[in-house]
Amino acid sequence: MLAFFLKRLGASVGIIIGITLITFLLSFYIPADPVRMLAGRSASQQTVENIRHQLGLDKPLYIQYFKYLGRLAHGDLGRSYKQKTQVSELIFSRLPATLLLMAGAISFELIIGLLAGILAATRRGQKTDHAAMILSFVGVSAPQFVLGLLLLYTFAYKFPLFPLGGYGTLAHLILPALTLGITGGGWYSRMMRSSMVDVLMQDYIRTARAKGVSEHKVVLVHGLRNAILPIITMVGLDIGFFMSGAVVVESVFGWPGIGQLAWQAIQVIDIPTIMGVTMVAALCIVIGNFLADMVMPLVDPRIRLR
Amino acid sequence: MLYLWKKFRKNKVALFGVTVALLIIFTAVCAPLLSPYDPYEQFFEGLTLEGSPLPPSAKFWLGTDLLGRDLFSRLLYGARTSLIIGVVANGVAVGIGTIFGVIAGYMGGFLGWSIMRFTDLMMAFPALLLAIALAAIFSPSLWIVALVIALVNWVWVARVIYAQTSSLATSEFIEAIRSLGASSPRILFRHILPHLVPTILVWSTLGISTTVLLEATLSFLGIGVRPPTPSWGGIIFESQSYFLDAPWLVFFPGVAILLLALSFNLVGDALRDILDPTQRGRG
Repeated sequence: MLAFFLKRLGASVGIIIGITLITFLLSFYIPADPVRMLAGRSASQQTVENIRHQLGLDKPLYIQYFKYLGRLAHGDLGRSYKQKTQVSELIFSRLPATLLLMAGAISFELIIGLLAGILAATRRGQKTDHAAMILSFVGVSAPQFVLGLLLLYTFAYKFPLFPLGGYGTLAHLILPALTLGITGGGWYSRMMRSSMVDVLMQDYIRTARAKGVSEHKVVLVHGLRNAILPIITMVGLDIGFFMSGAVVVESVFGWPGIGQLAWQAIQVIDIPTIMGVTMVAALCIVIGNFLADMVMPLVDPRIRLR
Repeated sequence: MLYLWKKFRKNKVALFGVTVALLIIFTAVCAPLLSPYDPYEQFFEGLTLEGSPLPPSAKFWLGTDLLGRDLFSRLLYGARTSLIIGVVANGVAVGIGTIFGVIAGYMGGFLGWSIMRFTDLMMAFPALLLAIALAAIFSPSLWIVALVIALVNWVWVARVIYAQTSSLATSEFIEAIRSLGASSPRILFRHILPHLVPTILVWSTLGISTTVLLEATLSFLGIGVRPPTPSWGGIIFESQSYFLDAPWLVFFPGVAILLLALSFNLVGDALRDILDPTQRGRG
């Protein structure tokens, strides 16, 4: 177990170093000159050179990279070209909103995915099964921004049950979380169905039925306990999906998270902010994957033996 | 082929997917013949006196957009943008993914290890944010957007192809062929590649739907295909601030994106069921 832990930890650290290298190279090769953007159109050549020197953009590439790593180690993601504040401050002030949205989305995703998946698996081959699986495909194929805008139009404008975007109360959370949850729920219901179908064919389920355990209990206690395992790992692996989705959903609903921060940064080509968000998102993904790997042996003792 | 079609015919859902996909391809190819107006023409009578877009009517079937252009014509031409990017970007992604997957799986060793660690690294980036960063670097045109999407998506193909190739490369029948003195290129092209065709075929269809969604999302964020080229995501981006008054400007392009993504998803899924022997008989 310890060897496994150390191996996964090493791989994670390797990936994190790779991430810093790629974000660094990307920010270096962006042709839109950040110095010009900062200095403005009318700045003299001297001012431009001064700012370039001030930002350290005139040094060789590898020196810039190591300086960059050194700053990262101190939690410094650079200054936003546009907002003139620390990128790390911008990100950390907005991270809680994104994490809240993610928690809401995961809840919806699990509710939709587990319900539809169990329903389809227990009624395999019947109309309910077909309907659930077709709907899951519709959910997966729906563009998140369209879904979000239509939910806003229907449930916030035509029937004003929820606020028209914004942040603050639980009511604000429902629609954006639901938007992300419907897309993800589509995938989860398909996975839950096939996992449940596999489990329900196992011998121990037959034994449970033969003992006279009620069908509800067989499915919800004996079956679910094993069928849900792949789903748990999936949540850890899905952080990337949420981070991408957050950019779209937060900009549709005006949700003040890091997705919206990235979206605002795109508009003004604020490179340190874009790269900062990308890096923090990538870090979240690596941590999510790592946790998924670590949680699996705890919930499923069979894995420990392998 | 005949076997495929026979299986396909029995699957009503897949048949629906094929029909919708073919219909969209048809409208994209025949857009100039089918569209009632020029998609770029701004009609004076296409706006109300206050300058608002018109709802669907007998003259403008799906209404007009903020500049008084015919939405139906723009949707038809937008199908071209989506399909070109869908097919090209996904084709490139499947191509790159297959090449790297086969190299990593067949050669193994340090080269294979490096390629696979690189895919690990790429997968640690959220796809959309990586695409945004890339799109910010290269100012986007139709082909750049396609390339950006391909650069983000190829890793998924590479991983699947890698897993299959490496298990094939160590299988007994390849061992037997090698001991008969077959050269590496011969083994690769005559004996390994044919086994990968089903996977490549499935990814070529399923991937189109992911690609189309990503293109629409990039255009919606304002970093996809540049206006005035009609793109479904772009139409929604342009009219986003207006959508409470003119919901048709979001609804119709949205349904178009959904139908295109859905159709290729359904076809791809049916193909996988038919072509993947391990899934057979599970239904």
